[in-house]
Amino acid sequence: METLIQASYFIVAVIFIVGLKQMSSPVTARRGILWAGAAMVLATIVTFLAPQIIDTDQATTNVVLIILAIALGGGYAWWSGKRVAITDMPQMIAMYNGMGGGAAATIAAVELLKATSDASANSTNIATELGSDVAILGILGAIIGTISFSGSIIAWAKLDGRLNRSKLLPAQHLVNALIAIATVGFAISIYFSSVLAPIVVFFALALVLGIFITIPVGGADMPVIISLFNALTGLAVGFEGYVLGNAAMIIAGIVVGSAGSLLTHLMAVAMNRSVSNVFFAGVGTETATSSDTSQGEMKEIQAQDAGILMAFASQVVIIPGYGMAVAQAQHKIWELTQLLDDKGVSVKFAIHPVAGRMPGHMNVLLAEAGVPYDMIYDMEDINADFKTTTVALVIGANDVVNPSAKTDSSSPLYGMPILDAVDSDNVIVIKRGRGTGFSGVENPLFFADNTKMLFGDGQKAANDLIQAVKELS
Amino acid sequence: MIEGLAALYIFMLAGFTGYEIISKVPVILHTPLMSGSNFVHGIVLVGAMIALGIAENTTQQIIGFLAVLLGAGNAVGGYVVTERMLEMFKSSNKETNGG
Repeated sequence: METLIQASYFIVAVIFIVGLKQMSSPVTARRGILWAGAAMVLATIVTFLAPQIIDTDQATTNVVLIILAIALGGGYAWWSGKRVAITDMPQMIAMYNGMGGGAAATIAAVELLKATSDASANSTNIATELGSDVAILGILGAIIGTISFSGSIIAWAKLDGRLNRSKLLPAQHLVNALIAIATVGFAISIYFSSVLAPIVVFFALALVLGIFITIPVGGADMPVIISLFNALTGLAVGFEGYVLGNAAMIIAGIVVGSAGSLLTHLMAVAMNRSVSNVFFAGVGTETATSSDTSQGEMKEIQAQDAGILMAFASQVVIIPGYGMAVAQAQHKIWELTQLLDDKGVSVKFAIHPVAGRMPGHMNVLLAEAGVPYDMIYDMEDINADFKTTTVALVIGANDVVNPSAKTDSSSPLYGMPILDAVDSDNVIVIKRGRGTGFSGVENPLFFADNTKMLFGDGQKAANDLIQAVKELS
Repeated sequence: MIEGLAALYIFMLAGFTGYEIISKVPVILHTPLMSGSNFVHGIVLVGAMIALGIAENTTQQIIGFLAVLLGAGNAVGGYVVTERMLEMFKSSNKETNGG
């Protein structure tokens, strides 16, 4: 039986790695998740045969409890995952990730509680009962998992608009540092103790620490935090895998831990932020004081004229931003794209690395509307094309096309790579109003000579453009 | 059982594997891949089941129950959102009519 279980875990680990590899290419990605899903089912089923579960006195009760918990937790996740809007996916990822961190922490809690009762019975301490390696990794996994749990829940609440405060206490960073020190102190005391109290305090402190770390993080930086917590949960799972002697958990956890760390780094680079920056500062927290120097006038255009301009263009590049998704205009934009395509206009989509709420989010939103991924270009691949572009259509995007990121060293955006929409012959910007973007920074593109503003709701504007193009045929 | 040095080797190799998998991924797949790796650490469910299995008293059973509940949420939720995202990726060569 043990051989069967171990062999299954081995297969599961292999499939997870191959599945993740497949998920890193759009062609094979779907297959990757389906295989990984099957592997997860296999792992869950064989675990029911594990001697730790079936060879105990309370096996029947525990098996019933396990099935009940899987049904409740899995059922809720299935229900919520199926009905969440694509725009809201980032916070759901945060929530499910938090649950994983919580699971790792609670595994550690069970192990520590058992060790405590053994230790007080044998008048030893936790380190002796578990072995020093298991005790250390178990406690480390508990800290990391707990922080990831409470931090992810805060990230979910902030992204979901349930929590708007970014400040809780004065000298937040100092308080955080003190709590972190206290948490480590209690972690060490657990190692040498045989009583319950420090364990309870330890988990409480780690919970508070996760909350306090995440509260000050700005909305734009949330993807980096979620990705970081994802990596941390992986690490915690790997450590608890060591505690339980479970190879599948170790391999899957550590693979995610390292992949997630790299992904976090890549995201931070794409957003021109460093990971430490994300924790200790925030773009737009200090109101942009850069005076609006000689901005000039915004020039308005009507949908009718914009439609004609686009219908007779040789190449149109569409630059979507989160505003498009909020207006639910992506389906209309795809319809417009097809109409233009029928007229022989070459249409491309240009995606900034941080378009949407996290890198790649905009691709998912466009994919939902039916835009094939080979019409969608990354920033590096499209930027040279703007010089030969007749019309760049900016919809719901702002900071990612702000030329002051290149030209104005006093701008908070300075240094962020941008899409060079300003190089096109014409720029049409669909925008709700005259306000500034997510970062609160003025955008000189809107005042440029070749830029025309099409004011209005994204969906309505897209619809008007469709009508304008249709009337021409 | 995996112990001591053997575990250290597994940690190291798994670390390199994860790094290698991600290093060449296009930006367009960052979100799905994050979601996918979020699903993969849902394997914590297996550990949670064992934690509940070895629980000896009511307190441990309650905590173990919570572990399985959260672990199952991670695994199932991670799967559902990743699958929903990746389902939508299609190439214009295969299907020209989206919608």
